[in-house]
Amino acid sequence: MLQVVIGGVMIGLASALLMATNGRIAGISSIVHRAFFFRGEESWTIWFVLGLMLGPAVMLLIGWVSPPTVDIGWGSIILGGVLVGMGTKIGSGCTSGHGVCGMGRFSARSVVAVVVFMSVGVMTVLLMRLGGVL
Amino acid sequence: MSLLLGGLFGIGLVLAGMTDPAYIRGFLDVTGEWRPELAFVMASALVISSLFFQLIQPRMVKPLFAEGFSMPTASQIDGRLIGGAFLFGMGWAVSGYCPGPGIASLAYLEPKVFGFVAAMLVGFKLADWLAPVR
Repeated sequence: MLQVVIGGVMIGLASALLMATNGRIAGISSIVHRAFFFRGEESWTIWFVLGLMLGPAVMLLIGWVSPPTVDIGWGSIILGGVLVGMGTKIGSGCTSGHGVCGMGRFSARSVVAVVVFMSVGVMTVLLMRLGGVL
Repeated sequence: MSLLLGGLFGIGLVLAGMTDPAYIRGFLDVTGEWRPELAFVMASALVISSLFFQLIQPRMVKPLFAEGFSMPTASQIDGRLIGGAFLFGMGWAVSGYCPGPGIASLAYLEPKVFGFVAAMLVGFKLADWLAPVR
């Protein structure tokens, strides 16, 4: 439990420091979009995405953590990935941009987005359970 | 700087358990074996981001290494916000990943994570194609 809270504090701290130093919102969906479809602007997004991968990579290399097993099927991974991409692009944010930064700014839009994606997530898992997929 | 903050964010995600898709589904699975701990990730991140956005940022003239703060300007709660959050919630539950943990998990070199990220990039493009911003 302590580890979970420390992880959350680090996420919050990274988001606050990105705004304090670079003046940008730590919205990962948008950062990933700008880094992968790079058009010569906002090159910091590429460094941020690299860090996002290198942090966990260093943890693995020093033996701090081991990779979790992924027993979610390929179909769910691909379908879910497409939905996550579409949804975060259309809805302008994900768990970080709306959840951590937007709600931290007391943005009504972000509160609505978080309530919607959390409840739809819960409903989807429930439907998967009822449908025998889980 | 962005590299370091990305790293801090990524390590936070791993410590918080966000890069384990089974854990994410467990959090959303309120009628099954519910694992509510993940609520503390967002709660603790939100404490830090709220303190920053409400108390510290208003006292800053500009970011340390940039000309100005780049803040979201949209304030309308519209169909795009709700529809996007709806799709994202479904995708999050189906795949067990949101964008940040998806990128951070690339460090695990698990083929399914590469599949998720590729599908998410396709989803970004599909969103621009099917629901372009007018």
